[in-house]
Parts: sequence; C-alpha cells; structure tokens
Amino acid sequence: MPDDREASFEREFQAIKESLEELCRETKAVSVLLIDKAGQLITSAGNVSSLDIPSFATLSAADFAATSNLADLIGEHDFSTLFHQGVQKSIYVSLIADKVILAVIFTRETTLGLVRIKVKKTAEKLSGLFEKIFEVLESEYSGAVDDDFISEAETELDSLFE
Amino acid sequence: MALINYSSKEINCKIVYYGPGLGGKTTNIKYIYSKVNPENRGKLMSLDTELDRTLFFDFLPVDLGTVKGFSVHFHLYTVPGQVYYNASRKLILKGVDGLIFVADSQIERFEDNIDSMENLNDNLIEYNKKFEEIPLAIQYNKRDLPNIVSLNELEDALNPRGVFFCEGVACEGVGVFEPLKEVSKRVLRKLR
Repeated sequence: MPDDREASFEREFQAIKESLEELCRETKAVSVLLIDKAGQLITSAGNVSSLDIPSFATLSAADFAATSNLADLIGEHDFSTLFHQGVQKSIYVSLIADKVILAVIFTRETTLGLVRIKVKKTAEKLSGLFEKIFEVLESEYSGAVDDDFISEAETELDSLFE
Repeated sequence: MALINYSSKEINCKIVYYGPGLGGKTTNIKYIYSKVNPENRGKLMSLDTELDRTLFFDFLPVDLGTVKGFSVHFHLYTVPGQVYYNASRKLILKGVDGLIFVADSQIERFEDNIDSMENLNDNLIEYNKKFEEIPLAIQYNKRDLPNIVSLNELEDALNPRGVFFCEGVACEGVGVFEPLKEVSKRVLRKLR
C-alpha cells in the first residue's frame, strides 16, 4: 500500500479509536466494540480482557442479522438499535453507516438514556470516518498480500492442519 | 470479503461449512477443534436446538499465527442443514470467503445433497456473489457406510465446477483437514 494512503488510513483509524475511547469514558461503559457485519472485530476500547472477543463479535453480528430479518418480516427496513438488559451488565448495540456494528457493554453505574445519547453522537462522528476508510479499504484491498506472504502462510497452514 | 485490518495488522477470513442436515458439518468442526493445538484455537460455540441439531450456527476461531507481521485468523462456521432453517443459513453466508460443502454419501440422501447445493447457489445470488468466484471444496462424507452412492455419481451431480474434493469419514477425521487446507489456501491467494 502506498505510504500516503497508509498514512491516511492510519489517521482515520486513529480517529475512530479515539471516538470509541471517548464514548467509553463518557458513558462509564465497561467496553465498546466495533464489529463488521460478518462478525469480525474491527477495534475496541475499554476493558475487554475478560471478554471472549471472537464469540462476542460473531454473536453480535448474528444477533443483528437475525433482528434485521425480523424487522423485514414486519415491514421495517432495520432495527437500528438493540438493547439487552441484564442484572449486572447490559449491552446496547447500534448500526453505523449501515455497515458496522457498535456494541457498548455497561453496568448499572450508568443509564440506558446516557448510553443512547452518547452513542448517537459517536455514530454521527463515525459515519463520516467510515466512508473514507471503506474507500481506502476497497481501493487498496488487492495487492496487500504478496507472493512471499502466500508461501509463508501456506507453510503455516500445512503445519496447523496436519 | 476477508477483512484486512492494517492498523492492528490482522487478516480475518470466514469459512463456512455447508450441506444437507445431518451430513456431518458439525462433526467436521468438532474434529478440527479436538486436533488443533489449543493455543491456535478459540472456544467452539454451538447454537443448538434441544435435539442437538444446529439451530443457528457453530463457530470456531482458528489462528494461523503471525505471517509477515499480520496475524491471520480463520473463522469457521457451520450452517444448519435442515431445509426450514434457510433464513439463518442465509445470514451465516454474509461475508463468506470460502466454502466447504459436506455431502452425505448415503443413497437416500442423494437428492438432499443436490437440493442443498442449489440452495447454496440461490443464497449466494441473493448476496450478489458469484458461486464460481468463491473458493469451494467438497467432502463426500460417510464413505465408511455400506449404502453409499459411487464417487463418480456424486461428482457428476455435485461438482460440475471440478473443484477440489475428497472422501471423508468425518467422525474419524478422515478427509477433514484436506478440504479445509485447500480452501484456506485459496482464500489467502485471493487476497493478492
């Protein structure tokens, strides 16, 4: 990837990360995760050390996909937010720029109302950034991996799946 | 498409096991779970019905390790095979990078295999994905059973693309890693 494009990508990515950290701080959330619709984590903020991230990301995406289809069945385009209330912890999930899932895990230290307002603010900020980042991702997608990478990865695959 | 995260230097690829109900998709993934070094895999997650049939999906993350500075992850999913679970099957195909079709070799399941392959094609069309462009391998499972269709017949019916195939006895691990390796390599080559 050319250096200037990489620098631009890094800049947008850093801005996203900072927005998530700000959201996490302002809502006193345990953690904030950004997940793509296929169930892969993009980035996170806050404390995720005790969280099984791959499972969380996968289930959040599946959850969203399932409820989108439910929405469709009753003639809605999408449910743009989901809320799962627990005794100690709750999860607030929101769709951003129609492409990315933002999940906030929070405790009783904060309120749903505050999370909702702050997520809305963050979502607006992130939407613009995402448009730029997806442009970079799509245009630089090919060529990111060279022949050396492939041959090294294939050797690793052979030993992993023996 | 596989997600390359340049900032955290990660590559994530999604591989989906597809095929008719009770064909052995979950058995494949459970065998992989049991054999891959625990350091290289996460938790096996199954969303089952009470009758032990896959309701939504099974999920197993596998880490390839770090290659040229990028950490490479494969996310393996199975879809529920039963015909009436098509809605959730379709959801799992979202963002798929590679496919392993697990066919049931038993004579009485011959038609079910064909239906499932057609269903896969239909579901991909809905995502505007071209079937031919997605790396695919076929495992003809349950080759140890007595009442099975010949390999030639299965090939004629299910593999007009001439993709990689192998015979499998998934519960014993026969033919489990070959298609996974093949598809994983082709998914990575597509990143070029």
